[in-house]
Parts: sequence; structure tokens; C-alpha cells
Amino acid sequence: MLRISKSAYDSIRCHGEEAYPHECCGVLLGQMNGDGRVITSSVPCGNTRTDSPRNRYHIDPKELVRIQREGRERNEDILGFYHSHPDHPARWSRTDLAEAHWFGCSYVITSVEKGKAETTNSFLLDGTGETDKHLDDEPIQIAP
Amino acid sequence: MKILIPTPLRQYSDKQPAVEVEATTVGEALSGLVARHPDLRRHLYTEDGKLRAFVNVYLNDEDVRYLQKEATQVRDSDTISIVPSIAGGR
Repeated sequence: MLRISKSAYDSIRCHGEEAYPHECCGVLLGQMNGDGRVITSSVPCGNTRTDSPRNRYHIDPKELVRIQREGRERNEDILGFYHSHPDHPARWSRTDLAEAHWFGCSYVITSVEKGKAETTNSFLLDGTGETDKHLDDEPIQIAP
Repeated sequence: MKILIPTPLRQYSDKQPAVEVEATTVGEALSGLVARHPDLRRHLYTEDGKLRAFVNVYLNDEDVRYLQKEATQVRDSDTISIVPSIAGGR
């Protein structure tokens, strides 16, 4: 279960519309609650894949280092990531799975159709390592 | 010095978000980390002992690939961040 604040949920969908027709990307922070993740904030990031921004994204690790450090100061952990699929369904792709390495974290995808955010889905990266990893559907609960 | 452990790897570091090690180089620091928490090894290194390509290691705000890699000198006041890469797309 991914529980996400309304403001963070709205922010990531808005980011998808702003970045259209390019893919947007960012980081989700919060606290673990049992097996679930409670997202209290989101941080938009730049997409460094300027060679193919309509169908690829990559976050500069230097941004991740800063976000991880600043989150730690606020008692927030990195618990997930988000990106958009411009004019494409909100389902994970083979590329998304191949490039996913944060086990136990949520990968949130928003489909943006003709500039408007449509469906937002979340997938949990599970498995014991690179050879058996998989992305599983997980419900999203939007908190007030 | 301090090594910050990213959330997915904390299950292998006794749930600790940071580990203190004594080291003079980045390589020594990482060796000290996996010596204390052996289950981390296969998540950080390939079978032939090289850092996995998707594992970014930063000394403070610098990618050690652009310094002297694992031979990069460290001080007690430094912080190493381990950050798996984030990428994908449709």
C-alpha cells in the first residue's frame, strides 16, 4: 500500500503535465508504516535524458544524494520515485523494470494524454536481487 | 567516517540508515562496511568484485568515478553516500 498526501499526489500529476511531451521524474519521501509507505513529500527532478526525453528518464545521482541528505535532516526517507508516460499507459515497461534497483520502494507512473494527467498507478519493486526482481501492482491511498 | 545507506539496502545493515567506519580510502570504507554487514556485498559488487554499474558512490557531493574511484582518500569528517541509479521510461 502506498499512502500519499493529496498535495504530493497533485504535485506529481501536475509535474507530468508541465513536462509534457517529455517524461517528468522525481522522488517520493516519507516514513515506513509496517509494510506500507507513507509519502509526505515529493521532490521534482530534472530529466537528464535530453537525448530521448519523450520516452526515457534518468535522475542525476547528485540530485539523489542531496535529496537523501536533506530528507534525512527532516526525518524523511526516500521511499519511491515517480515518472510520467506521455501518451502511453500508466504501466511499467521493460525499461522501467530493467532500470529499477530500489527494492521495497514504490515506482509511481502517471499517463499523460495530450498534455492532461490521466491515470496514476504505483508498483512495488520486490524480489531478492537483480535476477528475480519484479514490479507488483500496489494500491494507492490518497490522504487528505 | 559515515556511510549513508539507502532505504533498499537497510534490510542488510541491521536497519541502520548510517554506518560509521574507519578508513583512509573509499575502497577501505566500503570493505569495512561489507565486512560488518556481509549481506550487502552481493548488492554492491558483481561476482568478480567490481562495484555494480548502477551503484553510485559519492564522497560528499562528488561521484568517486570522477575522483580516484575506490582509491580516493577520505577523512573522518567525510560522508559517503551509496545511491542506486534511477532511470526508466516507456
